[in-house]
Amino acid sequence: MSTAQVMSTEPQNGFVRGLRKLASAREASILLALAIVVLIATLRNSNFLFSPDGYRDLWLTPSLLLLVAVGQAVVLITRNVDLSVGSVLGLSAYLTGRLFIDMPGLPVIVVMLIAVVFGALLGFVNGALVAFARVPALVITLGTMYAYRGINVLWTGSDRINASDMPKEFLGLGTAQIFTIPVLTIISVVVLIAVAWWLRNTRAGRENYAIGSDPAAAELYGLPVTRRVLTAFVLSGALAGFAGVLYAARYGTINSQAGFGWELDAVGAAVIGGVAIFGGVGTVWGAAIGAFLLMTINRALPVVGVPDFWQRAVVGVLIIGAIVLDRVLSLRQHRKLIEEREVAQ
Amino acid sequence: MKRSQTHAPALELRGVAKAFGQVVALRDGQLTLQPGSIHALVGENGAGKSTVVKIIAGLYRRDAGEIRLNGELVDFTSTAEAKQAGIAVIYQEPTLFPDLSVTENIFMGRQPVGTFGRIDRSRMRSEVESLFSQLGVAMDPDRTADGLSIADQQMIEIAKAVSLDAQVLIMDEPTAALSGVEVERLFAVARSLRDEGRALVFISHRFDEVFDLCDTITVMRDGSYVSTTATADTNPEKIVAEMVGREITELFPKLEAEIGAPLLEVEGLTSPGIFNDISFTVRAGEIVGLAGLVGAGRSEVARAIFGVDGYRTGTVKVDGKRVAPGKPTAAMRAGLALVPEDRRKQGLVLEESVARNTAAAILDSISKLGLITTGAENRAARPWSEQLEVKANAMTTLVGTLSGGNQQKVVLAKWLATNPKVLIIDEPTRGIDVGTKSEVHRLLSTLAQQGMGVLMISSELPEVLGMADRVVVMREGRITATIDREQATQENVMHAATHGANEETEHAA
Repeated sequence: MSTAQVMSTEPQNGFVRGLRKLASAREASILLALAIVVLIATLRNSNFLFSPDGYRDLWLTPSLLLLVAVGQAVVLITRNVDLSVGSVLGLSAYLTGRLFIDMPGLPVIVVMLIAVVFGALLGFVNGALVAFARVPALVITLGTMYAYRGINVLWTGSDRINASDMPKEFLGLGTAQIFTIPVLTIISVVVLIAVAWWLRNTRAGRENYAIGSDPAAAELYGLPVTRRVLTAFVLSGALAGFAGVLYAARYGTINSQAGFGWELDAVGAAVIGGVAIFGGVGTVWGAAIGAFLLMTINRALPVVGVPDFWQRAVVGVLIIGAIVLDRVLSLRQHRKLIEEREVAQ
Repeated sequence: MKRSQTHAPALELRGVAKAFGQVVALRDGQLTLQPGSIHALVGENGAGKSTVVKIIAGLYRRDAGEIRLNGELVDFTSTAEAKQAGIAVIYQEPTLFPDLSVTENIFMGRQPVGTFGRIDRSRMRSEVESLFSQLGVAMDPDRTADGLSIADQQMIEIAKAVSLDAQVLIMDEPTAALSGVEVERLFAVARSLRDEGRALVFISHRFDEVFDLCDTITVMRDGSYVSTTATADTNPEKIVAEMVGREITELFPKLEAEIGAPLLEVEGLTSPGIFNDISFTVRAGEIVGLAGLVGAGRSEVARAIFGVDGYRTGTVKVDGKRVAPGKPTAAMRAGLALVPEDRRKQGLVLEESVARNTAAAILDSISKLGLITTGAENRAARPWSEQLEVKANAMTTLVGTLSGGNQQKVVLAKWLATNPKVLIIDEPTRGIDVGTKSEVHRLLSTLAQQGMGVLMISSELPEVLGMADRVVVMREGRITATIDREQATQENVMHAATHGANEETEHAA
């Protein structure tokens, strides 16, 4: 009976239902928060949104973190974590610079590709250690975070790559715009759409959620857990590698500390965006909006007049607030479902 | 049915063996499943049923023997392969993904896909709807699996199996957590699947269900095959005899005990909405059975007495002295012990050793300068384990690897080590095989004889009637009757459990 009713009402209300679902989604509240932050900052100082620089930075600043956060979100959804992304970003950024210096003839696109593959390789090392050695990802990637950074310091030393070492066409990528929107942002959003589609619409994507929701059940279902976890880490590494290339293009200077601390920003962005730290829940859209919110708040706080000292604290409160909110909501939902069951009986 | 006799068996196991290191879990597993039949697999806990199931499911690999599916030799190296071959297993506690929708749970790993590997959601949806109407399930396919009752979760597992078009469906103790209505619904579905020509395996400790549902019974004992009989040609006594390898003459060995002074006095215990005005006394040497339907508030009363939960009004006295409410440590000091219903979650640390679990409640008394050594734990635990005949390789064996009966013995040992005056035991024999059951009963009886007071909560009427000196019956949080051993019958206990104390007068008025 109930199924028949659902069948008959659904088609007409499909659009409305979809809209309502969109509005009530976790991502919508973050988007709203982002809008409020932009609004307040703009009211305080109209340059925040309406000056050319302000407008550009609004798009540009979060773009690199967005890439890293998307990769991080996929890993988090499988109930793992990748703390090495900052170090991977640093290594691949330096590699990009070195390739331009040491092999001047190499086309830009080839250099970019090499750096991405390099990042993927570092991600593969993480994934292999986690998936085969069955050591918690937190421990493995904490280790590789230091190890990769150590290699970076060893390799770079006190050296620094400057804008003059890199070709103009490559650096142009960092400042180019299409219809007032920075190319870097467009690239990031394209990647975001691709990953979001994969995660939502393919078996592999859905299996990531299943694995994160209950690893033991995933084993019983006969899902290829090892392969999926490995893939998630490779993706995260590749995206961090890609972010490294774009980092080089945008900032033009690379030392051994590039990307330092980014792993925590990426985890923070994902968590603020509603990706559950224990896996199984969340979208890369949420993580992307979380990245925007995190970076925009960082820029907005000085405008609003919050002292330097408090800026990190505000970000911390935001992260804790997001986690508490998610926890409260999921507990309430869980209780509601149980209550409905009792009533039905 | 006639047709099935001429076909090759749907599944056939011969001489299948499996060992984990030193421990042989399965010596000689045999099973012949006919299509269109519901086949019971019975045996004590530890008889090897679960191992057989896990080998068929592809979770374990066998060490020896052969498995034939529709007459052809198979060798599954993963659950995915077994599933592919048309074998579905429904575990006692279904394993679903709580964060995903019901639909996704059913199709995970084999969703219908279109171009670019895109999952065809509308096809998935319509298939779920036809599955649910076939099985007579009314559930929103879009809701998450989180918060579903065990019965509904099992329905999802069954829907999964049907959508796989599984020809062999194995149900490992599916009814353990179900209510009467839910069991009926499950059986109806099982019978309709049988009539479609599938082969079902049903594992259960409840004989009434086995005899109600199954047409063939295979008995296992100590990891070996014992017999296969048509249900029509046997009876529960014969099956029990085959399971334990001996005739059980006395299932409930009740020893005469001298009834002494009151040890546990509960008066007017009330916790609004949970239980109301609970009063009873347990004397030395007495076993008091606390009977009632599931959800009558019996376990809650036990938890309140032991101080796990608080209560609004009333008193609990042990040996004449009041016990402070809401403090388990005070209850322990006063001489109370509580063996909880869910031993795996509340009674044991599964990842720890037998010794560590047994000594867990007496750490204060075996510690020296606040430090506890493994040696001290072993010394303290050994006498109890030996007395209760816990079957473990060593004191260092992990409790999680023991059978249900042996786990229960470890919990008992833990509390007996505290030397309690009153033992509260909640469902002492749930999920325990027949042989160990009577051991537990004998033990309780012996303890009472030695002067301990025992409060036994049990949903099994024969157990209550066989063991208790007095039966206190609860219904919806209130005591509806207190019946002495001589007067207690199945009928009057059941009546009190299902009718309010004043119901008749209310009707008259």
